Amino acid sequence: MNEEENKEEIINNETTEESDNKSNESSSNKERKMVVPGETIVQGDDYLPGDFTIKNKDEIVSQRYGLAEINDRIVKIIPISGVFEPRRSNNIIGRITDINFSGWSVEIGGPVSAFLPLSECPRFINKNNIEEFATIGDAINAKIWSVKRGSIDLTLKSRGLGVLEGGRLIKITSHKVPRVIGREGSMINLIKDETQTEITVGQNGFIWLNGSAEGERKAEEAIMLIETEASSEGLTDKVEDFLKNE
Amino acid sequence: MELPNINKKKIIKLLSEGKRIDSRNPSDYREISIETDVSNKAEGSARVRIGKTEVIVGVKLDVVTPYADHPDEGTLMVGMEFSPICGERYEVGPPKINAIELSRVVDRGVRESKFIDFKKLCIKEEEKVWSIMIDVYCINDDGNVIDASSLGVVAALQLSKLPIYDEENDQVKYGELSETPIPLTKNIPLAMTFYKVGNNILFDPTRDEEDASEARITMAITSPDKDKIINSMQKGGITPISIEEMNTIIEEAEKIYDKLFPEVEKMVENLK
Repeated sequence: MNEEENKEEIINNETTEESDNKSNESSSNKERKMVVPGETIVQGDDYLPGDFTIKNKDEIVSQRYGLAEINDRIVKIIPISGVFEPRRSNNIIGRITDINFSGWSVEIGGPVSAFLPLSECPRFINKNNIEEFATIGDAINAKIWSVKRGSIDLTLKSRGLGVLEGGRLIKITSHKVPRVIGREGSMINLIKDETQTEITVGQNGFIWLNGSAEGERKAEEAIMLIETEASSEGLTDKVEDFLKNE
Repeated sequence: MELPNINKKKIIKLLSEGKRIDSRNPSDYREISIETDVSNKAEGSARVRIGKTEVIVGVKLDVVTPYADHPDEGTLMVGMEFSPICGERYEVGPPKINAIELSRVVDRGVRESKFIDFKKLCIKEEEKVWSIMIDVYCINDDGNVIDASSLGVVAALQLSKLPIYDEENDQVKYGELSETPIPLTKNIPLAMTFYKVGNNILFDPTRDEEDASEARITMAITSPDKDKIINSMQKGGITPISIEEMNTIIEEAEKIYDKLFPEVEKMVENLK
């Protein structure tokens, strides 16, 4: 009995945190349960399949490991693990893997690599010397411009985008990014303030840290703590404890 | 993700100040733990963790005909496998060049240190000898898999027992272990790998540090009496190592051996 209550509390806690990141959704009347791929979430024709679910006869079947959520008639899943799925206008951090005459191939942690065309750079680039701007192994902060079947185009034409200088990159699961950012950026601001480190989080789970050696290490450990304990209660307090006591 | 250039720059910059990304000193190693009995079908097994790096080692024994040039000696084989679960850079399929090199480095360390008494593994000259087959499986690769594997092999050998051999029917009775351990000598090898990153030498690298390194050198050291003996050595990577650097590596190796070896010996002794 006690255990069940506890579980519910955790789940409710999750709901509030998640909904803050997607503020346009109402957080009322939401029930969540853990599902695995192939599991029937609900039966009956009253429901419609949403994200990561399919309809099989009159059953809504899960396609991911995650938390199932029923919102009015729509059943959707918030995945816990899996690869990054690029969407238009995502801010991502990537690593350049190849250069050709028209631009750069960028590894973004998803199933396919992205492409950054020369024309999407904010300044003039000499076509004979593309490496001058960015070469293989460089990290870039970019925005996804379009996602077509099998090709993802990036752009650097926006504020704060460009090649990353200094600091270093770490990687987490892209599904934990909302946890790292926290409610209206509370978690990331806490880490930034406590460690005096500049942090940029890409929606693909690549995170850029820039600060003192000690600060970067602390920030990395805090982020890894968030990743491993993403669904536990009172996460912000735990991270605060960790940062202050270390 | 392969190592981004900025991470490599950071590692080299910190090392030039004598610091490392995880706040260790260049010659510090991460926490080591050894477990045994991880496989119930093997005659001896060990799981070694160095930080987040993890390997499982299994020892199997069989009776075979000896090689013609060593009619009274047992045989040793070491195999290494990196499966996709140990890191995103590994694919399924037969062992690649790095796995082959690693198993050979481990094999050479054990063989050349005369750790196994091959003569005592002989059952009948020119006809029957024990063959030791060691399989190393990498479970998680967070750098320094060579040292972890080597440590695992040495531990697993010490924790193995020979199975019962039925001479009349020429059959090994698997599942029934005798009380006889594998005949080993006092020359317990300890493999230590040093990595050269920029102009710095470091020990026990993480995955990122290993990716940033340009050269590495592995040594298997034993110390049966007072003196330490280098039994095997292998250099990898593209950049050369100068004589001065080699001297520092050997000095460093002696220091680390004195610290690390008693720790490891105690751990294995507790498992017996």
